[in-house]
Order: sequence, then structure tokens, then C-alpha cells
Amino acid sequence: LPSSTAFNTHFQYRSVKQARSKNEEKRNLSLGGHVGFDSLPDQLVSKSVTQGFCFNILCVGETGIGKSTLMNTLFNTMFENEEASHYQNGVYLRPRTYDLQESNVHLKLTIVDTVGFGDQINKEDSYKPIVDYIDTQFENYLQEELKIKRSLFNYHDTRIHICLYFIAPTGHSLKSLDLVTMKKLDSKVNIIPIIAKADTISKSELHKFKIKIMSELVSNGVQIYQFPTDDEAVSEINASMNAHLPFAVVGSVEEVKVGNKTVRARQYPWGVVQVENESHCDFVKLREMLIRVNMEDLREQTHARHYELYRRCKLEEMGFKDTDPDSQPFSLQETYEAKRKEFLGDLQRKEEEMRQMFVNKVKETEAELKEKERELHDKFEQLKRMHQEEKRKVEEKRRDLEEEMNAFNRKKVAAETLSLSQPLKKDKDKKK
Amino acid sequence: QMEILKYRRSTCTVEKQYVGFATLPNQVHRKSVKKGFDFTLMVAGESGMGKSTLVNSLFLTDLYKDRKLLNAEERINQTVEIIKHTVDIEEKGVKLKLTIVDTPGFGDAVNNNECWKPITDYIDQQFEQYFRDESGLNRKNIQDNRVHCCLYFIPPFGHGLRPVDVEFMKALHEKVNIIPLIAKADCLTPNEIKKLKDRIREEIDKFGIKVYQFPECDSDEDEEFKQLDKELKECTPFAVIGSNTVVEARGQRVRGRLYPWGIVEVENQSHCDFVKLRNMLIRSHMHDLKDVTCDVHYENYRAQCIQEMTSKLAQDNRMESPIPILPLSTPDVDTEKLIKMKDEELKRMQEMLNKMQQQMHEKDQ
Repeated sequence: LPSSTAFNTHFQYRSVKQARSKNEEKRNLSLGGHVGFDSLPDQLVSKSVTQGFCFNILCVGETGIGKSTLMNTLFNTMFENEEASHYQNGVYLRPRTYDLQESNVHLKLTIVDTVGFGDQINKEDSYKPIVDYIDTQFENYLQEELKIKRSLFNYHDTRIHICLYFIAPTGHSLKSLDLVTMKKLDSKVNIIPIIAKADTISKSELHKFKIKIMSELVSNGVQIYQFPTDDEAVSEINASMNAHLPFAVVGSVEEVKVGNKTVRARQYPWGVVQVENESHCDFVKLREMLIRVNMEDLREQTHARHYELYRRCKLEEMGFKDTDPDSQPFSLQETYEAKRKEFLGDLQRKEEEMRQMFVNKVKETEAELKEKERELHDKFEQLKRMHQEEKRKVEEKRRDLEEEMNAFNRKKVAAETLSLSQPLKKDKDKKK
Repeated sequence: QMEILKYRRSTCTVEKQYVGFATLPNQVHRKSVKKGFDFTLMVAGESGMGKSTLVNSLFLTDLYKDRKLLNAEERINQTVEIIKHTVDIEEKGVKLKLTIVDTPGFGDAVNNNECWKPITDYIDQQFEQYFRDESGLNRKNIQDNRVHCCLYFIPPFGHGLRPVDVEFMKALHEKVNIIPLIAKADCLTPNEIKKLKDRIREEIDKFGIKVYQFPECDSDEDEEFKQLDKELKECTPFAVIGSNTVVEARGQRVRGRLYPWGIVEVENQSHCDFVKLRNMLIRSHMHDLKDVTCDVHYENYRAQCIQEMTSKLAQDNRMESPIPILPLSTPDVDTEKLIKMKDEELKRMQEMLNKMQQQMHEKDQ
């Protein structure tokens, strides 16, 4: 189902259920003839086919483990790919989108590669870029959903529908990195673990290896994708496939002649491993499960389970609730309005506070300035007074000095006149 | 056996008086058989690379009965351990004390920073112990626990060497003979093997890693031997497969792996390089590996140790150590300079003294 339809149906279902519980009872009626609504599934299919489908695969595994080759083998196409280097600083996700067509069905396929996974010496942060990428796709979808003017029907859905986790064929057990990574991913995406390059494990070793892997996953609480068994049409085959997990796969795009047929295979000196031979590996099982039987269920699970979980957590984080203290259901609209009011109120309050603070500060500064001014004034007065005082003193001294000078001058004059009459007598004495 | 015959034949053709020292090789052979040999082999690589299986296949025994493997959860924070298995094996009267040094946990944790440190420490410890023993007073029964060779298992799933491979080999290449191997080679077609070998050889060159080099063969060896030697050298790193099980192939019972599409025979040279490795490691170059360990790696360690010791001596006069103080073979550059300076000073003082004496003499006159 296209995602928007599923969402609307869910919403309508809830409201219908509520209406029913109030005053209606379901009645079964029999039809008098052929009405024709049995064509509804066909109409739906026809609509979907016109719209086209979209499928997004995430491949997680160490460099060189065979991710690109397996994708080429699964979709029988040579997607362009350069060999990755082992010397990346960290893990990078590389999404590539392709348009494929088979009969009249269009598929927009996105393959996301984890470049550099498993190469670093310290792999403690290796899972982070992967989790971030998955969350970002959810976030983008959520943003679109919350828009006022939205166009979900032609939104390019980039949410990851399936994560293929490539396990190295050591024959012992999972690697520590595998366990840690899958635990971080299992609540966000459908995981199908596969054993890569499985042509290096003999049959008996493979049996033990699969059991060991599954028991490690179970004992560590890792939730992997279970092929659904509720739909009778496919429950049997899905149930039997669940027992074969993890699938041991071999990928190849090279063709080898076996008997009178040409098949995709790997040629060794000791024999030829045929990719589509079910006694050689589980490739056919993987293709069957992933593409031919459960692709639609994977999309549905992604939307109905993983995305809903993300959405719920995100909205709860933002403070939304489904029911208010009186247990009456909130509508998203009301909640949003309330939130918005709250937010605006908060904003206003903050503004008010800031303004108040500013006013107070201004007052303070003004008061300070005034104080300073007064001080300066006082000082000035004081100085002025001192200056006057000094001036007065100096004046006094000057007067004293003048008086002294006058007194001296008078004495001098008196002395001079006295000495003028004396010298005649002396001369006379000398002449005698 | 071939070499001994050669010598016997030539003694028959000599006309001159026979002295008899041509029997020396025989004597060496006899004594060595009596003394017995020892060899320490280290295996390193991530868990699941087939190290134990390969060791069992090489020495045709089962060294790893009742081994307990950790599961993924336990390995998240695993540290590297060093485990030794020593066995005495005998073949045609020749006794070999074989020690296999295992390094479980290498590269298995989520954070593998410096996970090779316990390994380099172990190798250094063996050198140190041998150094002490060699310098001791009673050297009659020295036990040689030095690691003669390290087989490093590179995963075949990648495109070449990974950072952890490069770091490990660089940390060890001057302490031990490293022989890199491509593990679980039955997941690669012949073309893929060639491509991977070329890539690994290129990267070993690029990163300056010194792996064990086969010695050049003597110029007087015959052409066939030289050709084999050349092929051996061009085949590195060896792509190996091991097996603990015996299967029926082409009417014979051989060590191999049974698949729905065919049987891989460990000893079939068109399937893998196991035979080349075995021949090289055990049948032709075992002694050379020991020699290189003694003459190159150990001597490097020893020289470095002594230099560190004597530079420490220069700093503090007293040193308490059971190791006897050995004379300096070459004087320190600094002390030489000092001596030169003092010499010149002395010369100058002597000249001044002479001058003064002369002056006094003249004055007296």
C-alpha cells in the first residue's frame, strides 16, 4: 500500500471504531447478486502499478565481503561500483538510486552501502553513522507528514525497508562488531542476517554455524525480521524459510558452462559453485523471500512498526501526548495549537523578562552616573574654596610686604638726608 | 641425505692421500640428531581464520583438543592472551621440540587499539630472558624460547591488507620473521588469488613492511632447484587451506574439505599453496628461520639493550644489575669531543708555560 493511504486508513479506523462502540452493532448481510466490489484489490493494484514502487535496501558488512556482487546477482544488473578502500577514517553511507522495470512494474530501487565498515582499528563508533542515516530518513518523512501543505503521494520515500547484514564466514560465531551493531539496529529496521561468501564453509560446518549464530542472536535479544506467517497463502513457505536463517549466500555475475547450460557460478579448480543451485547455497531462498514474496510486507513493517516507533518517540520528546489528564483523546491539531500557544507564551515571557532586565540596568547606570556627577560637583566646590582661601592669604602677604617696603623706603630716605649734612664737616677737618 | 652422498662420491674419485675432514657433515648430522632440535612458531590473526586447523595440518597432529571458543558477546572487550603449546615429535630418529605460540583475542574486540602490544611484549621478554641467560655464568642448559617465526593470517574476504594487518606487521617486523599467509583460500578462484597476492605484495612494499625473505640460492645449485626457488618466491604470500578431516578423493584418503560441488585437497598444489608452505617452513627453511632470528632479530635487540644500558650508566655511576658490565666497544661521540677539548686546553696551557719560562729566562739575563 502506498504509505499515505495506510496512514489515513489507520486514522479512519480509529474514529470508526469509536463511533461503533457508542451505538452500533455489526450486521452481516448476504448479497442478492454480484455487486462487483470484489474488483477493489485489482483497482488498488492498478493504481499502485501506475504509481510505481519504491524499495530501499541497506547493506551492512565489512569491505570486500561481497555486498555489491550480491546486489548485482539479486537484481541481475551491473550497478556501477568502484572497489572500496580499506583505509577510510570512518564509516560512510553511500546511497544510490536506480530505476528498474520488469514487465509493466516500475521499481525505484535505492541501495545504501556502508563504506569502510569493519576496517578501523577502533570500531566503537562504527554503528553511529548507520543509525543516524536510518533516523534521518524517518525524520524527513515525519517532517513531510507534519507539513501543512504536503504531498505524500509523490514523496520519494527513502526509509530503509530492509537491512541485509553480511556475516563473515568464519565458521565459529558472530564477530563482536556484528553483535553490537545488530543490537543498535534491530529496533529501527528489518534485519535479515546472511552468511556471505558461503562457498568456504562445508555443509556440516554450515549447520553448526547457523545454529550458533541464531542462538547468539536470541540470547542477546536481537530482533531479526521474521517472514510473516499470518497470511495463509504464504505462511507455509515463510515458516520453512524462517528455519533456514541466516541464509548462506554466494554471489556471482560470471557465467560458467555446466553441462549444456550456462549459469551464474564461481569456477574453482575443484568444482563449480552454482549460485542458483539450492544444494550449493541459499541464494534462491533469499531472492524468493526478499523480492518475490515479502517485499510488500517489508515496506509495510517499516512504515507500521519502525517508523511509528520513531515517530512516537520523537513526538513524546517534543512533549506531545495522546491523552490529557482526563483520558480524553487529544487531536494532533489541538495539541499542536496548545503547544504553539505555550511556545509563544514562553517567548513573550522571555521577551518581557529581557526588557525588564534592560530597563533595570538602564536605571542602575543612570543612578550611578548621577552619583558620580554629584561627587564631581562637590569636589569642584571644594577646590574652588581652597583656591579662594589661598588667594586671600597671598593677598595678605602681599600687603604685608608692601608695608614693609614702604617702611624701609622711608627709613632709607631719612638715612640719606642725614648723611648728606655730615660729609662737609669731614672735608673741613682734612684741610686744616 | 643427498648432500652426504655427494661428498662420499668425491672421496672415491680423489687420488691424493685422504685426510678425512670430508666426514665433518656426517659428524654434524650425527651430533644434531643426538641433541635434537627445537622450534618456536607463533600464529596470529583474527578468530576464525583457520589457524589451529592449519597448524594441525602442518604437523599432522591434533594440538587443539577440547578447545573452548568465546562467543561474540564475550569478545566485545576481549584482551589478547598468549598461550603456548609444547609438543615433542619424532621422525626417523630426529627429535623436534615444537612450541606453538597462540594469540587468541587478536583483532576480535570492538576496539583493537594496540592489540599487538601483548605479542610484542612476549617476544621481547623471550629475548630478554635469553640475553640474561647468555650473559650468565652457567650457560650449560640455556633454553631457547625465542620466537623463530610468526605466521600471520590475512583474511581472504577483503581487497588487500587492512589497517590492523599493516599495524601488526609493522610492530613486529623487526622482532620476528613474519610470513604472511592468505587464510581460507578456498573462497577465492585462481584469478582472485593472483589479484589478491599482487595487491598484498604491493601494499607490503608501499608500507615498508619487512617480511621474511628467502635466502638467495647458491650459484652452484642446479637449474631445477633454482627454478623451484624462483617459483616459491613469486608465490608469496602463500594462499593456504587447512583441514582436520580426511576425505576420499580420486581413490585415495587425503586431508581435505568436502563440498557439494567438489573436494578441496589440502596437499594438491593446484588447489592451494599448503605444500609450498610446509616444504618451506619445515623441510628447507626451518633452520634458516632460526638463524635469522638469532643473527638479526636477537642481535638487534641485544645491541639496542646494551646501548640503553650504557647510556644509563653514563648518567648514574652506580648500577645494580646482575648483568655484568661489558666494555664499550666504541667511545661515545660526546666523550670524544670532551677529550679533544681537554687536549687542546692542555696544549695551550703548555705553550703559555713555555712562554713564561722563556720570559723569565730573558729577564734574568
